[in-house]
Amino acid sequence: MNEHLPILEMKNISVSRGGTLLLDISSFLIHEGEIFSLIGPNGAGKTTLLQTLSYLLKPFQGEIFFRGKKVETNHSVLEYRRKLAMVFQEPLLFDTTVFNNVASGLKIRGMKRGGIHVKVIEQLERFGISHLSDRSARTLSGGEAQRASLARAFALQPEILLLDEPFSSLDPPTRDSLIEDLEHILQQTRTTAVFATHDRLEALRLSNRMAVMNEGKIVQIGFPGEVMNHPVNEIVASFVGMETILTGKVIKQSGGTFVTSIEGQEIEAVGDVHLGETVVLCIRPENVTLSTRSSQEGTSARNVFPGRIVKIISLGLYQKVHLHCGFPLVAYVTNHSLEELSLTEGKEVRASFKATAVTVIRKGES
Amino acid sequence: MNRKTGQKILLTGIIFLLLFITGIPSAQAQPKTIILATTTSTQDSGLLDVLLPIFEKKTGYFVKTIAVGSGQAMAMGQKGEADVLLVHSPAAEKKFITENYGINRRLIMHNDYIIVGPAGDPAKIKRVKPTSVAFKKIASEKVLFISRGDNSGTHSKEREIWKAAGINPEGEKWYQQTGLGMGQTLNVAAEKKGYTLADRGTYLALKKNLNLDILVEGDAILLNIYHVIEVNPAKWAKVNAAGGKAFADFMVSKETQGIIKTFGIDKFGSPLFFPDAGKKEEDLGK
Amino acid sequence: MELIFEGIKKAFWLLVSFDPEVMGITLLSLEVSGIATLISLLIGISTGVTVALSRFIGKRVVVSLINTGMGLPPVVVGLFVTIFLWRNGPLGFFEILYTPTAMIIAQTVIATPIVMGITLAAIQQLPQKLRLQILALGATRLQMVWILIKEARLPLLAAVMAGFGGVISEVGASIMVGGNIKGYSRVLTTATVMETSRGNFDIAIALGIILLLLAYFINLVLTQIQQKERPR
Repeated sequence: MNEHLPILEMKNISVSRGGTLLLDISSFLIHEGEIFSLIGPNGAGKTTLLQTLSYLLKPFQGEIFFRGKKVETNHSVLEYRRKLAMVFQEPLLFDTTVFNNVASGLKIRGMKRGGIHVKVIEQLERFGISHLSDRSARTLSGGEAQRASLARAFALQPEILLLDEPFSSLDPPTRDSLIEDLEHILQQTRTTAVFATHDRLEALRLSNRMAVMNEGKIVQIGFPGEVMNHPVNEIVASFVGMETILTGKVIKQSGGTFVTSIEGQEIEAVGDVHLGETVVLCIRPENVTLSTRSSQEGTSARNVFPGRIVKIISLGLYQKVHLHCGFPLVAYVTNHSLEELSLTEGKEVRASFKATAVTVIRKGES
Repeated sequence: MNRKTGQKILLTGIIFLLLFITGIPSAQAQPKTIILATTTSTQDSGLLDVLLPIFEKKTGYFVKTIAVGSGQAMAMGQKGEADVLLVHSPAAEKKFITENYGINRRLIMHNDYIIVGPAGDPAKIKRVKPTSVAFKKIASEKVLFISRGDNSGTHSKEREIWKAAGINPEGEKWYQQTGLGMGQTLNVAAEKKGYTLADRGTYLALKKNLNLDILVEGDAILLNIYHVIEVNPAKWAKVNAAGGKAFADFMVSKETQGIIKTFGIDKFGSPLFFPDAGKKEEDLGK
Repeated sequence: MELIFEGIKKAFWLLVSFDPEVMGITLLSLEVSGIATLISLLIGISTGVTVALSRFIGKRVVVSLINTGMGLPPVVVGLFVTIFLWRNGPLGFFEILYTPTAMIIAQTVIATPIVMGITLAAIQQLPQKLRLQILALGATRLQMVWILIKEARLPLLAAVMAGFGGVISEVGASIMVGGNIKGYSRVLTTATVMETSRGNFDIAIALGIILLLLAYFINLVLTQIQQKERPR
C-alpha cells in the first residue's frame, strides 16, 4: 500500500435531505490498492456515502480530494468520475447485447472501436461470460447479469471501484461463486475498491479494512479482525454478530479477570477494568456450548449456567438457540447436536462459555 | 448550463427553419391574395373551379376560396377576415349592407330551389302552388321533412317559406335538422324517404344516386339569388379592397356572365345558373 | 357494399394513373403532417425528458396538464389557432391563415402533447437507478439523456407513431386553419370531407383508401425501426 498519499480523502462531509442529516463524516480516507468495506444496517448511510464519494449525490457540504487534488468544478467532477466505476445492487444493464453493455462505459468515455473490442473480450473472458456475448441482456439470469455489470465496470480499469451491495439480490450459491471470482480478480488487478454490504461475513472475507456505519456516521473503522472482535460499542457489537449483549457492574476484580453481576448471575470475563465500573459484555453465539449433563465436571469454561430454551430458529446449516439463564443468551448449535441432545423449546439445559470468549466494552464509572 | 442554453437555441433554430421552409411556398404563392368567402353549395357546383383560374390568370391575384355556410361567410365579412363575399341570402345580405359592413352589392346570377321527396309523395304536394301551401300540407300530414339547419342560404330560404306558411316546425318530431351540407342532406332525405328543400344544381349532380323526385318548382319564392358584396375597407384596414373590387367587377363582366350562362349544360343537359348582372332583383322570376 | 368496390376501383385508378390532383393532395398531406410530427418530436421529446428527470414544485400539475393535452380536441385547437392567426388577431400580421403553414402549426399543437405525454411515461418507467449508473459510467448530461432515450426507444417510437397518426388523420383543425383551398391547402382528409358532403362517395372512399395506405406504409417503416435489433 502506498503510504504517501491516500488515493481518496473526504473531509467534513455532511449531507441533509428534507431536514434529516443523512451523512455526517469528519474524515475518511482510502489507500491505494486496498479493499475497503462499509458495513451497517439499512439506512446507515452506506449508499449515501458511496454516492457522495462519486459525486452522484449533490449537494453536500465538505470536500473530496482525489490524490491530493480537490474535486470541485464541473469539469473536474466529470474527469474525476471517469476515474471511478460503480456497480449497484441491480445489474442495470442496457437493452442490447452483453457485448454492447460491457462496451458501453468505454464508448461513453470516448474510446475508439478497435480498442473497445479488445478490452471487452478480455473482461468477458475474465468473468466467464464470453459465451453470452451476443445474447440480449434481458435474457440473463441474476448472476450472469451481475457478472456483466462487473465486467462493464472493470473494462474501464477504474482507479477506484465502488460497489453498492452488489451481491444482495443473488441467491447463495450464485453469490458465493461470484464473490470468489471477484476476490480473485481484485487481487489480480490490484484494484482499489470500496464496497457496501449488510453482510458482515462478506466484508470479513473480502476487505482489508472495514468501517461500521450507523445513522450517517462512521462508528468504528479498522482491520476486520479488530472490528469484529473488539467492537467499540453495543451497536457495532450487535452488527458484527455478537448476539448476546449484557450490561452490568463489575463486582469483583483480580489480576486481569473480573466478575460482572447481571440479573443476579455472575459472569467472569477478562479485561482491565475498575471495581464498580459499568461494562457491556458481548458473547458470540458460536462460543456458547450447550449440554444436557447435570454436573459441572470436565470443562474449563468459567461460565456455566443452567437455563431454559425459549426459542429455536433454523438457519439452514445450523440452529440458533435462544436461552433464558436469568439473562438472555444466544447459542449456535449444529443440526446434528440438536438431534443428539434432543433439544426442544422449553427444555432445561446447561450453557457454558469461556471467560476469554467474552468481549468487554468499558463504559466507565457511573 | 452553457450546453443547455446552446441546445435550446439550436432547437428553436431548427423549428423556425422548418416553419420557414414550409412558409416559403406559401409566401411565393401569395403575390396578392384575395380571401373570397362563399357557400359550400356554390363551391360544390363547380362554377368557381372554372371561373377562378381565368380570373387569376388575368389579374395575377391568388384567390383563397373559403367555402362555409352563409352565416359564417357573412360573419367573416363582418370581422374583416374576408375581402369579398359571394352569397345568396338576400335578407341577411341587406342587413349586412345597412349595417355598413359591405359595399357595392351587385346581382350576379340566380338558380332556383326545388322541393324534392319520395316518389310516393305521401303528403301529395306535387305541383302545389304557392309553395307555402305545400309546406302546410307536409306539416298537417306530419310527413318527414329534412332541413339543413345550418344557417346556410338554403336554410334561410326554407325558413322564409315556413314563415310564409305561418308554421313553426321547430321541435316537431317530423322535422329533422342535419346541420350538414346540401349533398349529405339530400342523401339523408333519400335514405329516410323524407322531403327536403334543395338547390337544383346539387340535386342534378346527385340525381342518379338518389331516389327523390322533383315535386314543386318554379314559384317566385323559390328563386335563389346570388350577389357579390365587397367588404367595406372603411371598417377594416386590412381588407384587400382593390382585390375585392377586381373580383366583383370580374363576376359582372360580360365574359364571365357568358360562361355562367352555359355552365352545366354539357354535364346535366340544362344550365345550373342564370346570369343576371345589371338587372333589378324585382325583375327576376322568369 | 357496391359503393366500397367502386371506391376501391377508383382508388386504384387514381393511383396508377398518377392523377395530378390526387398526387398533389397526397404529397401535401405527407409534407404538412410530416413536418408537424417532426417539430412535435423535437419539442415533445426534449420537454418530456426534461420534466421526467427533474424535480420541482408543481410537477404533478404540469404532468396532469400534459396528460390532458394528449386528449385535446383537434377542432378546439383549430378554433384557437384560427382566432390567433386571423388578420385582426394577435398574430394576424404574419398573414398565414389559410396556408399550409397554419395547418402545420395547428397539427404541431395537436401532436406535441401526445409525444410529450408518452415520452414522460416512457422515461419515468425506466429504473430509477439507471440514471445514476449511466452517470457513474462517466456520461455527460447530454450523453445520459441520449442513452435514456435509446433505452426507451420502444415506447418513444410508439409516441412518434401516435403523434403522426393523430395528425395525418386530423380534419377539423385542418379545414379551419387551412381553408381546404384547391391545389394549395387541400389534403387527403379535408378533400374526403368535401367529396362526402358533395355526395361523391366513390371519390371520398378512394381518398380514404389512399390515406389508409399512406398511414400504413409510414407506420410499416417506423415499426421496422422500432422492432429491429432485438437480439434473442
